[in-house]
Amino acid sequence: MANKIPRVAVREQDARLRATNFEEVCYGYNSEEAILEASRCLGCKNPRCVAACPVGIDIPAFIHKVLESDFAGAASIIAADSSLPSICGRVCPQETQCEGSCIVGIKSEPVAIGKLERFVGDWSLENGAADAAIAEPNGHKVAVIGSGPAGLACASDLAKWGYDVTIFEALHKVGGVLVYGIPEFRLPKEKIVAREIGKLKDLGVKFECDVIVGRTITIDALFEQEGFDAVFIGSGAGLPRFMGIEGENLNGVVSANEFLTRANLMRAYDQTYDTPIYVGKRVVVVGGGNVAMDAVRTAKRLGAEATIVYRRSEAELPARQEEVHHAKEEGIEFRMLTNPTRVIGDDRGWVKAISCVRMELGEPDESGRRSPVVVEGSDFEVECDVVIMALGTSPNPLLKQTTRGLETNRRGCIVADDNGATTREGVFAGGDAVTGAATVILAMGAGRKAAKAIDAYIKEKRA
Amino acid sequence: MFKILEKRLLSENIYLLRIEAPRVAQSALPGQFVIVRVDEHGERVPLTIADSDVKDGSVTIVIQAIGLSTRKLCAMQIGDYIADFVGPLGNPSAFVALSEEELRSRHYLFVAGGVGTAPVYPQVKWLYEHGAKVDVIIGAKTASMLIYTDEMAKVTTNLYIATDDGSKGFKGLVTAKIDELIANEGKSYDECVAIGPMIMMKFVCLTTAKYELPTTVSLNALMVDGTGMCGACRVSVGGKTLFTCVDGPEFDGHKVDFDEAMRRQSMYREQERFADEKHKECNCYGK
Repeated sequence: MANKIPRVAVREQDARLRATNFEEVCYGYNSEEAILEASRCLGCKNPRCVAACPVGIDIPAFIHKVLESDFAGAASIIAADSSLPSICGRVCPQETQCEGSCIVGIKSEPVAIGKLERFVGDWSLENGAADAAIAEPNGHKVAVIGSGPAGLACASDLAKWGYDVTIFEALHKVGGVLVYGIPEFRLPKEKIVAREIGKLKDLGVKFECDVIVGRTITIDALFEQEGFDAVFIGSGAGLPRFMGIEGENLNGVVSANEFLTRANLMRAYDQTYDTPIYVGKRVVVVGGGNVAMDAVRTAKRLGAEATIVYRRSEAELPARQEEVHHAKEEGIEFRMLTNPTRVIGDDRGWVKAISCVRMELGEPDESGRRSPVVVEGSDFEVECDVVIMALGTSPNPLLKQTTRGLETNRRGCIVADDNGATTREGVFAGGDAVTGAATVILAMGAGRKAAKAIDAYIKEKRA
Repeated sequence: MFKILEKRLLSENIYLLRIEAPRVAQSALPGQFVIVRVDEHGERVPLTIADSDVKDGSVTIVIQAIGLSTRKLCAMQIGDYIADFVGPLGNPSAFVALSEEELRSRHYLFVAGGVGTAPVYPQVKWLYEHGAKVDVIIGAKTASMLIYTDEMAKVTTNLYIATDDGSKGFKGLVTAKIDELIANEGKSYDECVAIGPMIMMKFVCLTTAKYELPTTVSLNALMVDGTGMCGACRVSVGGKTLFTCVDGPEFDGHKVDFDEAMRRQSMYREQERFADEKHKECNCYGK
C-alpha cells in the first residue's frame, strides 16, 4: 500500500544566497529521500501519468524500482523511452504533464515524478548505468543538424542501432538550447549536460562544431558529396521576436536570447571570459515563459533589480510553476496585467524607462486563456536601464532557403509528418524546428520517432 | 581548431591572417563574413572575408588591432590555432546573382575606407573577373595606413587613392573624390558600394544620394552568434528593423539609419575599454 506521507521536500540552496551566484538552485533527492518519495506512488493499474508523459515513460515501474533500491533497474526502464533523464527531470513542466495527472495529487501533492527521474538520471551518470547494447556498424551514414535535445535523442538511438552518426552544430559548443539558453543555476553545464552528451560520444557519435548547415555546407552537399544516407534536422527555433514598439532599438534593449547567450554560452558573468554583458541597475523583462524567468533571474544574479512585466495574470504564466516560485523567493518583482507600449530613451539613446498600460482579462481567446484587454488611460512608466524581450522564438529560415524541396508552413516551421518525414526524400525533422518553440521532452520524443523512421527508410532503400 | 597559415603586417596595427578552413573556403562568396573566437575565453567576433582559396582551403581575414579580441587575434603567430572560425555567414553580394551579360554592361564605383579595404578586394576581384567595369577609391588618413593598393590595382579599371593629408593621391576625404569624379569629370556609375567605418559610409551615402546613385553598404554591427539568434545586430533600414547577420550584411545605404547604427555599435564600449586596459597590464597580447 502506498505510504500516505506528505511529498518529500527537496533540498534547495538558500534563496538569498543563490540570488547572488550561478550554482544550481535545487540539490535534488539523495537515495533515502528518493526511496521515501517513491513509497508515495500508488502504482496505478491504468497510470494517468504515463499517458500524460509526451514520451510515455513507464513511470510507476521505474518508481517501483527506486522503492526497491534498484536504481540501475529504474534507469533502464527510463532509458527505454528517454535518453536525457537528468535533463528532463530538471526542465520538464511536470505540473502540466505527469505530476499534473497523478491521482495522489487530487487529495494531496502529486508524487514528485520529476525529482525522482532526476535522481535516477543523476545516479546513472554518477555510477554508470548498464551499457546500452550497440549493434555492429551497418555502414550507413546519418547527418544530424543541431545538437539540442531533438538531435541528441535522434543520434543516440541511431548510434545504438549501428549507424555512423555525425552531429553538425553551428555554435562552438554542443547542446543547443541546453547550453546557450537554460542557465547554469537550473541546468549545470559540466556536471549534467556535458556528461549526458559524453554518453553519445561513448556510443560513437561524432560531433562537428562551427558548421552551419545551409551556409558552411548544404543539405544537398551532405547527400551528394559527403555520402550521407539520411539527414535529421533538429535546428530548433532560435530567432527571437520583438514587439515592434517604439524605442525597441535603443541601447539597452536586448532579446532574451542575446542576454542568455552572453551569460550562458559565452560565460559573460565570469570575469575570466571576454564577452561583455550589460545589466545596469534596473532590468525589466517582458514575457512570462521559462525564458523570461531565466533572463530575469540571471539579471538578478548579476546585481540588478529585476522585474517581470506580463500582459496576462499570474494564472496564465506559461513558465513552470517551480521557476515562478523560485523567482519570487529570489526577490524578483512581478508586474502582472501590464503591457509595454513604448521604450523611452535618454538624450544619448539609452533606455531610461518603459511605458506600459494596465490590462484586464476579457473573453477567452483561441488558446482558451482569457485574453488581456487594455484599460484605457492607464499609462504609466517603469524606470529601468535594460529591457529584455522574452516573447518567444521562431525557426531559422536558412535551411528552407538553401534546401531544394524542403517546405515550411506559414509560421516558418518545417512541414513534417508524425514520424518526422519532411517533403524532401531522406530528410527528417523534429523538435522546435517543426513545432515552433516547445519543450525539451517533446523535442526529444520527436527525435526518437524520427530515428525509427530513418532506420525504416534506410532499411527499405537498401532492400 | 583552425590553423594560421600566414600572417603579415599590412600597415600600422592592421594584420592579414590566412586561416586553414576548407569548408568555409569552399562556400565563401563575395560579401560574406565569418565569426572568429580566438580561444576558450574569447568573444565571438564577426570579421569580413578578404579572400578565399578553394584549392588550398584557406580563408583570409584582415584585422585592425583596436580592442581586446582583435589584439589577442593579432598576437597569434603562424602555426597557432584559432579556437573557432565559422562561416561563411550573411548573404553574398547581390551582384553575384547577375548574368555575365548584365555584369559586362555595368560600371561600379567602390569606396573603401581603412580596414574596410580588405573586404572590398574580393568583391572587386569577382566583378572584374566577370567582366564588369570597376573604379575604386581607397581612402586613408595618411599614405602609411593604406592597404591592398597593389592587389587592387590589378583588378580595377581605375584606382584612386585619397588621403586626408595628401601624402598620396588625392588630398581630401573620399566623399570629395566622389564629387570630383561625378560632378567634375562627368563620370557616371550604375552602382556604388561603400565599405569602411560607419561614419564614412554615412557620408558616402549622403554624397551619392545627391547624384541618385544607388549605394550598397556593408554593415559591421555587433553580433554574438551571427546566425540570427541574438538580434544584437538589429539595424533600421527604411524604417524596418532587420538583422545584419541574416538579412545583410549588405543593405541599401540610402535607407540605413546610420546614427542609430553607430549608437548601437557603442553599446558595450565602456566594458570593452575596461577589458582592453586590463589586458594591456597582464601581457595577454604578447610582446
